[in-house]
Amino acid sequence: MNYRSELRNYQLEQHNFRLRLAFMAVLVLVCFGILGSRFFFLQMMKYDYFQTLAENNRISLVPIVPNRGLILDRNGVILAHNFFAYTLEITPSKVKNVEDTINEISEFIEVSAADRKRFKKLRAQSHSFESVPIRTHLNETEAARFAVNRYRFPGVEIRSRLFRHYPENNLGAHMIGYIGRINDRDLTALSESNELSNYKGSDHIGKSGLEQYYERQLHGTTGFQQVEIDADGHAVRVLSSTPPVPGDNLILSMDSKLQRIGEEAFGDHRGALVAINPKNGEVLAYVSQPTFDPNLFVDGIDSESWKALNDSIDKPLINRPMRGIYPPGSTFKPFVALAGLEAGKREPPFSISDPGYFMLPGSSHRYRDWKPGGHGQVDVQRAITVSCDTFFYGLALDLGIERLTSFVSHFGFGRKTDIDMKGEMSGLLPTPEWKWKRWKQRWFPGETVITGIGQGYTLVTPLQLAQATAILANKGVAMRPRLVNSIQNARNGVTTPNPAVVVDRVALDPHHVEIVTQGMVDVTLPGGTAASVGAGSPYAIAAKTGTAQVIGIKQNEKYNESKINERHLDHALFIAYAPADDPTIAVAVIVENGRHGGSTAGPIARKIMDYYLLGKEPSPPVPAAGPAVVNSPEPTHEEELHD
Amino acid sequence: MISRFGSYVVRHIDSFLMGSLLFTMLVGLFVLYSASGQNVDRVLSQAANMGAALGILWIAANIAPQHLERLALPVYILGMVLLVGVFFFGEISHGARRWLHIGLVRIQPSELMKIGVPMLLAWYFSRRDNTLRLSNHAIGALLLAIPVAFIMKQPDLGTSLLIASSGFYVLFLAGLSWRLLIGLAVFAGVMAPIFWTMLHDYQRKRIEILFDPYQDPLGAGYHTIQATIALGSGGMAGKGWLHGTQSQLDFLPERTTDFIFAVFGEEFGLMGNLLLLLLFTLIIGRGMVIAAQAQNMFCRLLAGSITLTFFTYVFVNIGMVSGILPVVGVPLPLISYGGTSLVTLLLGFGILMSIHTHKKLVTS
Repeated sequence: MNYRSELRNYQLEQHNFRLRLAFMAVLVLVCFGILGSRFFFLQMMKYDYFQTLAENNRISLVPIVPNRGLILDRNGVILAHNFFAYTLEITPSKVKNVEDTINEISEFIEVSAADRKRFKKLRAQSHSFESVPIRTHLNETEAARFAVNRYRFPGVEIRSRLFRHYPENNLGAHMIGYIGRINDRDLTALSESNELSNYKGSDHIGKSGLEQYYERQLHGTTGFQQVEIDADGHAVRVLSSTPPVPGDNLILSMDSKLQRIGEEAFGDHRGALVAINPKNGEVLAYVSQPTFDPNLFVDGIDSESWKALNDSIDKPLINRPMRGIYPPGSTFKPFVALAGLEAGKREPPFSISDPGYFMLPGSSHRYRDWKPGGHGQVDVQRAITVSCDTFFYGLALDLGIERLTSFVSHFGFGRKTDIDMKGEMSGLLPTPEWKWKRWKQRWFPGETVITGIGQGYTLVTPLQLAQATAILANKGVAMRPRLVNSIQNARNGVTTPNPAVVVDRVALDPHHVEIVTQGMVDVTLPGGTAASVGAGSPYAIAAKTGTAQVIGIKQNEKYNESKINERHLDHALFIAYAPADDPTIAVAVIVENGRHGGSTAGPIARKIMDYYLLGKEPSPPVPAAGPAVVNSPEPTHEEELHD
Repeated sequence: MISRFGSYVVRHIDSFLMGSLLFTMLVGLFVLYSASGQNVDRVLSQAANMGAALGILWIAANIAPQHLERLALPVYILGMVLLVGVFFFGEISHGARRWLHIGLVRIQPSELMKIGVPMLLAWYFSRRDNTLRLSNHAIGALLLAIPVAFIMKQPDLGTSLLIASSGFYVLFLAGLSWRLLIGLAVFAGVMAPIFWTMLHDYQRKRIEILFDPYQDPLGAGYHTIQATIALGSGGMAGKGWLHGTQSQLDFLPERTTDFIFAVFGEEFGLMGNLLLLLLFTLIIGRGMVIAAQAQNMFCRLLAGSITLTFFTYVFVNIGMVSGILPVVGVPLPLISYGGTSLVTLLLGFGILMSIHTHKKLVTS
């Protein structure tokens, strides 16, 4: 009984299955019938139509690559432009043996080992039906020599391509950036933003700096040409064409002369400098030292140059102004002072008597002042001038970390400045919540104390520091920093300004700003920590020096610079704005391992301000070795060396 | 001795199916020679792919179906683990995350699932052959939906479509109720607009361009326009081998892979196309006969699914090349250049042969 039902089930099941299979068989035949009738429609009924189209397909659409926009400084000095040059290119899929072909070509046209290496690298990145350059920048003779031998090399062609060139080479390389060959990642991004058809025929795309940020404006719109081609695919005649729309030109806020003075002022030092017009946010100079030659990247950098740049201990490829992060050191003090004043603490005539150290209540740990024995009687203004640590230790503790950081955050610390370049770092403005999230530890009062002098967890980028200085100089009105001042239509020359944008207005008591400014002006006068920087200046400079420790120093141990490896020396910082009563330039300078803000970073800022405000070019460097301030007549020289 | 060895080798090979496959692959090599611009290296490399895939076919044909049945669940689980691995650690290339590096080997887990999913579902339904309820179908649909969702997310629309259809065929052949099917069809009609919003921009664009390829003649519509021109200009008898102007003048993109049928259709015309369809019909027909004669539910469902999935491959690829279906990345089976999908395909045919040739041993 049971057996019989199972058997019947089995048969029923098989029957049902076959029924369904038969249904699918019918479906398959129907679908193939659809395909068959589609073939019939395309290949019989529409044959004439498609036959004509196929004939017309001998008329090919050839993309015409638009001219990439130029990059000019504020005075029209060209920083990036294009030129046509011949390249010799191989389409690997059309060539029997690529190696042999290159060897044969090299018999009459010079092909260097570097050319071969680059070719290999580019070939690995391209499809086999794409042509890859084996030689770029052929001269007329070489081009002619190949033309004569061309019949021997099917699949090898001379093409005229647009090349990008950066005539000022190293100048402002981190800001201008560079273009490079379009790679898979770029292609994906372009296809996602539906821009792929606009890049037909384009080989290059902005990879860093302004070339990357303003890619859309610089590239332009690709045009097309209808060309009749013969059976070998060579163009015979142009039938019609839609011209390309050239990319827009970028006119920068930067002054290339100022930029060059800034770069040269660094000498062999590493570091960064940013100069901003505080009134409108124009970035006047953007220095990252050491720098590199962006021309190396345009055709794909060769591995030796890449290695040299990438492995260098000086890290020339790092965009220091916005990606280098440093402790602000004493340059933080004017902002802390302002926080205190605005909170109603330390208003003059309040002053302290500085014993040379600060102690937390109930603790014997001494937070030392940089000056043993202290500065005597110090009020808030003098505390800035002489960079009195003791004063700011107490002030920070009195304010509390939350009030301190929330106030200074209005000056842009701890967040991006939103400059027109990609990859900016936000630095760090520590709070107890941050510490708990990051380290699962509670906040200690001692950490508040050292935050008051810009030590501890606080980290800034040089750009942030310049922006904070600019906001202070502009009395609390924060402008968005802009590298590009205006964008120019390349066809009609009409420029559209990149407008100045107010990003924040910090409510400040003008009287408090005046106290801080006066303290900072005194920094560059005799008795201040950077008296030599202000020496002989016809305009008043408000400034602050700073030093950032690279390695920690133990309690009771004295900092002995002769014993320390050069790379472990302190970073020198300097912020300034001028003229102090109505500032038009704000500068932040960081000299890595430059030891003292006043002696290494300060003179660089002075050269920038002298040129910008007076048009004065720095005198050629004195060939003598040694620190730049060696001839300083100031009696405060001794003090300077300590902060 | 030699003949004994010979008969050992072909013991589990179905000669009709094998003959049709070999002939189709041979046609494929000739088309590839033309499509690649007469590149002998390309043809040799594809021949090597075929050799390897045939080896896999032979091994699969020699594994008895009851062993496969036991492997179904482990293969599926392994496949899922790898898919999840791809989701988190996969290598991104051309905007999709499909590959996984394990030690020195680089694998594409979605390929494994092309066999793993129908195997698992056939196993699942064969174990419950007497009391099939709606809930069984719901579970089956879930087992299918999970890997499909992962593959769609990679994103790989072509492969997820093939796997979805292979699973659907098992569900259908296992007796999914007609009422439910019609209900689902209505439901799909309602859900289509919602699905539309979930597609990637480029996938949406492909469907839009399908209805109007001239919207973007140099971008997304280029493939479709050039392929239909190639087919149409082939006419009745074709332009002749190596004489397709579209193919030889570089107008056809991806002409050795997804769009190889356009080269075939241009050079061999309507006659060639119909003959190729006939070849595919023979293969599918043989697969259906094997499924119909299979001994148990597992074999039946698996054989049916493998055969119908092969049909889906053919229909979707030719449909997209001739402009009646959207451009999804599905190669033309046995013809398109590429080793990975060929191996999976012939593995499937090996299983078909195993199902057919192991049967007699058991019944006797």
